[in-house]
Amino acid sequence: MSIVHYIEADGAEYEVDVPVGNTVMQGAVDNMIDGILAECGGSCSCATCHCYVDEAWYDKVGEPGSAEQAMLEMVLEPEPTSRLSCQIQVTDELDGLVVRLPKSQY
Amino acid sequence: MADRVIIVGGGHAAAQLAPSLRQEGWQGSILVIGDESEAPYQRPPLSKEYLMGGRDRASLLIRPAEMYARHGIDLMPGHRVAAIERDMRQVVMADGTRLDYCKLALCTGARVRHLRVPGAELSGVHYLRSLQDVDGIRAKLQPGSRVVIVGGGYIGLEAAAALCKSGAEVTVLEVQSRVLARVTAPEVSAFYQRVHGEEGVRILTGWSVARIEGQSAVSAVVGEDGRREPADLVIVGIGVLPNVELAEQCGLKVDNGVWVDEFAKTDDPDIYAAGDCVNYPSSLLGRRLRLESVPGAVEQAKSAAASICGKQRSCDFYPWFWSDQYDLKLQIAGLSDGYDRVVLRGDASSGRSFVAWYLRGDRLLAADCINRPKEFMVAKQLLAGGVSVLEERLMDESIDPKMFL
Repeated sequence: MSIVHYIEADGAEYEVDVPVGNTVMQGAVDNMIDGILAECGGSCSCATCHCYVDEAWYDKVGEPGSAEQAMLEMVLEPEPTSRLSCQIQVTDELDGLVVRLPKSQY
Repeated sequence: MADRVIIVGGGHAAAQLAPSLRQEGWQGSILVIGDESEAPYQRPPLSKEYLMGGRDRASLLIRPAEMYARHGIDLMPGHRVAAIERDMRQVVMADGTRLDYCKLALCTGARVRHLRVPGAELSGVHYLRSLQDVDGIRAKLQPGSRVVIVGGGYIGLEAAAALCKSGAEVTVLEVQSRVLARVTAPEVSAFYQRVHGEEGVRILTGWSVARIEGQSAVSAVVGEDGRREPADLVIVGIGVLPNVELAEQCGLKVDNGVWVDEFAKTDDPDIYAAGDCVNYPSSLLGRRLRLESVPGAVEQAKSAAASICGKQRSCDFYPWFWSDQYDLKLQIAGLSDGYDRVVLRGDASSGRSFVAWYLRGDRLLAADCINRPKEFMVAKQLLAGGVSVLEERLMDESIDPKMFL
């Protein structure tokens, strides 16, 4: 288990234990965190699991792949640390990860 | 129970509706009755990674079972509702047990259409809708198995790609003159036929199945014209039918799906419905639709949950779909039926990346985006905003699609 902190756009914070190997998206879905829709269930097809990775963590999380990058360009209010949370797999090294969620996924 | 919501069905719509009820503030009890033996699971990977053996069973669950318990949601898998008695506000289970509801949600989904030919009941003839179906296919699959797939729709083609990758010898039989004929333009069909050929799958079109041969198990599929395809395994993917019987039997309005309004309400104020079983009005598209779509089921389930809690959340969205085959990520925005022309961005006749834009007059109806995630995102926004783009621009690769918005 690693702890992931989700911070919703309205400031609500969730501290969640996510099993290593699961994605940051699944951690949100499992805990009914609203800011992640995850319409495609994690197949990098819908871009409704957009999150902002906290700057301190961005390098540890790694770079997006090309399909993800292309979709991130078109999400609502992209930022330099934007990622699709279905493409971030939780590892031991990511224990304590902080992600912020956008106001809206559309 | 005076305050119980019963959800009939245990698929994607149910898995959304139950927690959404809690989020909307429902205080009473919630019972989800599904006839499959698992907690709600993701269906799309069944014809893709799961069929290929690249994903374990547990990872298919939409949410872990304990999440439902934590939110006071009771799951009752492996049980079938036999009838609804509206005047008593009860559901009658297959074993005769009666359960009271104050609000009822029908999330009964769809079932596969069966192939009605001699031999269709032979061992080795499979369908692909449930986890159990796919486990059945995987149990029979051997390296080099000859698999004949009946139906060149998305399910058939996804299964063909997955099985070919797993080392089977795959043939797809399609009755129409091209695959995906119901849902895509000829250019897109031709593209998929080409790629499947390149990957080693045989696609035979204009092929109508007359019977399936075999002694104790299937050995061949025989066509109307006498052609014969040897087979160790047959997978039938010829579409689905909405499960409307419960609604019909209790007198709810049914017409190509359970009839609901934009708030997922049926003609009984205590009964709601969501998912592949419903027929709903889309004001964005100006007509009624019955979708076979996970995102659609999720949207409708959210509307149903809000309605049950006395709120109004209209269910209107542009449908979208996806299909993964080989290295092809197809993302579809909108519904293309009724188009009067198709223009392409990129080359469909070589390579593996292009967009087919479907237009009627100057209006964009839909886009099939193959390995074009950026165009897909743009297409969704164009549809939502009702933006028209000149077709010359849609086709022009020198223009960043962002500029269409």
